Amino acid sequence: MASRARPLSLVAPALAALLLALVLAPLLAVGWRGAGISLGPAEWAAVRFSVLQAVFSAVLSTFLAIPVARALARRNFPGRGVLITLMGAPFLLPAVVAVLGLLAVFGRSGVLNAGLVALGLPPISIYGLHGVVIAHVFLNLPLATRMILQSWLSIPAERIRLAQSLGFGPRETFRHLEWPMLREVLPGVALVILVICLTSFAVVLTLGGGPSATTIELAIYQAVRFEFDLSRAAGLAGVQLAIGSIAALAAWLMTSPAGFGAGLGRDLELSAPGGWRKAGDIGALVGVALFLALPLGAVLLRGLPGLGEIPASVLPAAGRSVLVALTSTILATVAALTLALASARRTHLLAEAAATLPLATSGLVLGTGLFLLIQPFAPPMSLALPVTVLVNVALSLPYLYRILLPEARALHADYGRLADSLALRGWPRLRWLVLPRLARPLGFGTGIAAALSMGDLGVIALFAGEHQATLPLVVSQLTGAYRTEAAAAAALILVTLSFALFWAFDAGGRRAAA
Amino acid sequence: MLQLDRLTLTQGTFRLTADWSAVAGSRIAVMGPSGAGKSTLLSAIAGFLTPTTGRILWQGQDLARLTAGERPVTILFQDQNLFPHLTVAQNLGLGVRPDLRLSAADKSGVETALDRVGLAGLGQRRPAQLSGGQASRAALARALLRARPILLLDEPFAALGPALRTEMLELVRRVADETEALVLMVTHDPQDALALGGSLAFVAEGVVQAPTETQALFSDPPPDIQAYLGRK
Repeated sequence: MASRARPLSLVAPALAALLLALVLAPLLAVGWRGAGISLGPAEWAAVRFSVLQAVFSAVLSTFLAIPVARALARRNFPGRGVLITLMGAPFLLPAVVAVLGLLAVFGRSGVLNAGLVALGLPPISIYGLHGVVIAHVFLNLPLATRMILQSWLSIPAERIRLAQSLGFGPRETFRHLEWPMLREVLPGVALVILVICLTSFAVVLTLGGGPSATTIELAIYQAVRFEFDLSRAAGLAGVQLAIGSIAALAAWLMTSPAGFGAGLGRDLELSAPGGWRKAGDIGALVGVALFLALPLGAVLLRGLPGLGEIPASVLPAAGRSVLVALTSTILATVAALTLALASARRTHLLAEAAATLPLATSGLVLGTGLFLLIQPFAPPMSLALPVTVLVNVALSLPYLYRILLPEARALHADYGRLADSLALRGWPRLRWLVLPRLARPLGFGTGIAAALSMGDLGVIALFAGEHQATLPLVVSQLTGAYRTEAAAAAALILVTLSFALFWAFDAGGRRAAA
Repeated sequence: MLQLDRLTLTQGTFRLTADWSAVAGSRIAVMGPSGAGKSTLLSAIAGFLTPTTGRILWQGQDLARLTAGERPVTILFQDQNLFPHLTVAQNLGLGVRPDLRLSAADKSGVETALDRVGLAGLGQRRPAQLSGGQASRAALARALLRARPILLLDEPFAALGPALRTEMLELVRRVADETEALVLMVTHDPQDALALGGSLAFVAEGVVQAPTETQALFSDPPPDIQAYLGRK
């Protein structure tokens, strides 16, 4: 390498240090304030419930995903591609919308209870542990299915042909091909979902609560918002951080980078057994399709009539949400691209750390820390939106970085030296080499970041006063106030905006790359 | 004059030394067994590898202070010499101005260079729409346009058939004549070395030997070159 320092080689470490500080400062504030706080029985109950619901959700999502993935792997039917694509959607679905849909099906006046009552059976309640778990399975079963399906389809074709030539039946195929694959992939899948569910807030805010169904995240929220006990919040945030770090580290070590958009449509190699196995596969596919489609259909049905008379708070909140999503997405993309390009050149520990550390935290942990940092200087409420932007940047950075890094590495390996020899540096390098070559992953990654940021309900709940509410918060408030129709209408707007943002960025990237 | 002044290059446990010089405008074929370090030498001159000890000088100036793009060098790699997402004309334009803000004179320069290598009218194509030979010509056109005094060729024609390769060598000679460039060309083929004319630097056992007149070397090869060529 040339000995003279390039300007860019200073930008990346500086940015990495800034991002690390952005995450570490709130964590230190939490540690400072929370140190020595002894947790009472209520807090320990929250810790237990957090872990319990996350473990149930992860295990259930993973095991239910196995038959669905297997059916998708060995059956070919019209609509298979569409179903697999739709499986990618719940990852981007705002959790508040999912909750609303599940309430419409399983809630007090939902379809299921109407049926039970008509049959003379006692109604069931969706609130509490099982409600939280159902919602988490709804949100994560598709993710688990896609991850497992991907490894199902990566069983080498030669091995499948060998098995067929040896006359393996479904039982032997499972034992010698499928089970070894599953044993490899299942722990990673379950851990990824465990991490997601440990930091889930929106679901628990609506479906949890009370002494028996409060997670750490919810307890933090209550401590800050209702009791204004910041020390207790900091203590809880410290525990959450410790648990989250262990789980995130385990998940990080157990999983290879997930290919969200990788093609899952290769020719089928597995034989499709008939008989009860065929019925089982059909059952799994129909079951999962109904489980995913019914709640969303219910939101659509209830929301459409409400669109005519949406509450006045909805449109300004939608505007704020779009603004927050776009700002945080642009900042996160610039940061992730800078870090990925620096890491592609050579191993860059600072960049790696800056892009990974946020995985161990959560919106409410960072939020508590920022609350503690801001409070001596200004009323935290006045900074609700900037704080939300910052936290969204931190939380979407790991996803973006992981999507961009392999592509940046390939770019460097293929064209780095040619570009260097032509003195292609700085802005021209970005303009003529990096942006056109990385347009596709950039579009996809920014789309994901924008949709996640648009639908996120986390830190904003800690900070927002009346005039800073984002759209997910408004949906959640309307749901909590049992204004179902208005909530569904606002949820429809939220879903539309989330997917529109994803689509716009993703399609933009694909078009620029073409 | 290009001077390799007690140069040592290391990559992991691999070590390569060179200590010789060549006057401007020389044609030097770099030959030797696979893994002997031919590409390593070119990488160091192009600025992708920092010497462990010693210096590389051009006209008395130490190149160590210059980045790859600032060196008086054009390099052609084995492949990936053109950016696939840019047109041929843009690929050439990058050689003149990396920000692609080309003046009318720059643009006509690009056209002329394309014309000189037999690619007139193909400037708007993407590299994927070119044959292998045409892609090599485009890369050489950029070398012509840049007219840097050192031209490094790291087996850019290895994937071409014999007839095309002869054509390309012809073109290399023309480009080098026009730009009066010193050429260092890595090759495995004695015929290529002879066709380039000039001298040959043999690389073996961690040493780049000083270039010797190719014709003379082949008519009376020392034992190590004899072994490499497989002659009894």
